[in-house]
Amino acid sequence: MDRPLVDLQGVAKTYGSGDAAVHALKDTDLAVYPGEVVGLLGPSGSGKTTLLNLVGCIVEPTRGRMALDGEAVFEDGRWLRPDLRALRLEKLGFIFQFHNLLPFLTAGENVAVVLDLAGAPRGVAQARARELLDYLQVGHRFDAYPAKLSGGEAQRVAIARALANRPRIILADEPTAALDSERAGIVLDLLRQVAVEQRAAILVVSHDEKIFNRFDRMVMLRDGRVVEAQTAA
Amino acid sequence: MNLALRDVRHNLGRFLLTCLGLGLLLGVVLSMIGIYRGLVDDALTLVRAPAADLWIVQSGTRGPFAEASRIPGDVREMAARLHGVADAGSMTFQTAETEHRGRALRLYVVGFEPGRPGGPARLAAGRPITRTHYELIADVRTGLELGERVQLGRDDYTVVGLTRNQVASGGDPVVYVTLLDSQRLQFQLDPPAARREQARGAKPAGTDTVNAVVARVLPGVPVERVAGEVLRWKHLAAVSQEGQEALLLQSVVEKARRQIGLFTGILMTVSAVVIALILYTLTMDKVKEIATLKLIGAPDRTIVGLIVQQALAMGVIGWSFGALLILLVKDVFPRRVLLLPEDAGLLALAVLVVCIVASGLGVRLALKVDPATALGG
Repeated sequence: MDRPLVDLQGVAKTYGSGDAAVHALKDTDLAVYPGEVVGLLGPSGSGKTTLLNLVGCIVEPTRGRMALDGEAVFEDGRWLRPDLRALRLEKLGFIFQFHNLLPFLTAGENVAVVLDLAGAPRGVAQARARELLDYLQVGHRFDAYPAKLSGGEAQRVAIARALANRPRIILADEPTAALDSERAGIVLDLLRQVAVEQRAAILVVSHDEKIFNRFDRMVMLRDGRVVEAQTAA
Repeated sequence: MNLALRDVRHNLGRFLLTCLGLGLLLGVVLSMIGIYRGLVDDALTLVRAPAADLWIVQSGTRGPFAEASRIPGDVREMAARLHGVADAGSMTFQTAETEHRGRALRLYVVGFEPGRPGGPARLAAGRPITRTHYELIADVRTGLELGERVQLGRDDYTVVGLTRNQVASGGDPVVYVTLLDSQRLQFQLDPPAARREQARGAKPAGTDTVNAVVARVLPGVPVERVAGEVLRWKHLAAVSQEGQEALLLQSVVEKARRQIGLFTGILMTVSAVVIALILYTLTMDKVKEIATLKLIGAPDRTIVGLIVQQALAMGVIGWSFGALLILLVKDVFPRRVLLLPEDAGLLALAVLVVCIVASGLGVRLALKVDPATALGG
């Protein structure tokens, strides 16, 4: 079997201390493999977003060990990489609930900005942005600003941005919440296609039952613990 | 990819309106500096016009620009005979009000002896005074035109020449008349008042009094030595040209200078606060975008660059608006607004520094934005 791209061992997160301590995530083990689309499910306050933030290196775990793409990034209560933003730029792609495109950049620029930040030449960034937008069937909206895009177009541009730097891990937070069921299905199919073609691991937080059947695996969280992990029907 | 430029491009209208507002504020700052420069230049232009080395004035006074000074008219002959003096001329200074085209016109009347030091340095139009009486040279700011007649005291004068930038420190434009005319204007009584004085047996007052005598010293002769002789033997006061200029600036313009300086300082502070608030608000509006940038891996320098570059652009465009505005309207001001390139340059530099410092608030906010803000609704 492949080495997991996301590997969490005994990872916990506690906010505050003493009587005011909130154990948002308790000793969690999780492994997500290349080509896998994993759904992260659970009621509000169950720890889904905390888990996503931990994998996204946005929040520091309280304890445990975390490795991304085979590289240990957190161990013995400390980050092993000094520059977490560079780590995110290199290994992670994010898809948000409300697309979060930068309103002052065109669709093409929103995708190219990731490569620009990574130091790619302008021509390369532009070509990659066009290639991705064509692949996601929004190439004709290359020069449009986000305010002029429909919800589905904007979400596809956001997916293109998440894929721009060819990340091995894609984290999606309620990516279909603002879409109808038809568009939600298209987005999940796209993510699945990316997972298969790029051998990427995709972790999706969702409440949307309509898309549960599109996950390879579902991880259920309750009160900060993984209570169930099952293969989608 | 320049994010600052793209953000400005996307919100061009709002950005330009903000710059326009800032430009108006900086225009006021620039106009205050220009008014101060104009004030100083006006004051010095008048005192520099005679091209004198020495001002001989009433003993115990600092000259006609600082306080009342009256000396006998024959002091000029005495001064001209002093060793080392090349030439000397008597001068009077007074304020007069007349009517011109139905409006009150305040004038600063300078009396001088044609052919001797004290007259205007150069004429913008017309000719010098050639007759003993009833001719005057006026500054263009009076609104008088060549050949026009204007009443001063009981007499009508014809405008024969025009000068530029000859304005008293109080802002009144200068007119030059002959010394005899100015003395008549200063001392001649109205007929009823003269009859009353005659009826009560008063002797007619002598009119051969002047406010100052200006002297030019021969090359190589120390001005201080001539001044010392005037002080020691003639019981008069003598002030060098440099001394007169310094006195004028200290006595007459100093309070205005401090007032304008203080006001300019307050305006600069207000500008800094306004710039800081604008940048803070602009940053507040972009919290989600900044969080997204951080989440996708943008380093701090990219985010700081976004704010600081916009701050600098705002400063440069605001300053340009302000400078252009003042250049267009400076002649509408009742006082002369003198814009010097070095003042405009210094203000531009100050604005850039203020912009960088003021952007600190926005930068601080941006650096504190949690990337997790980008997640969720």
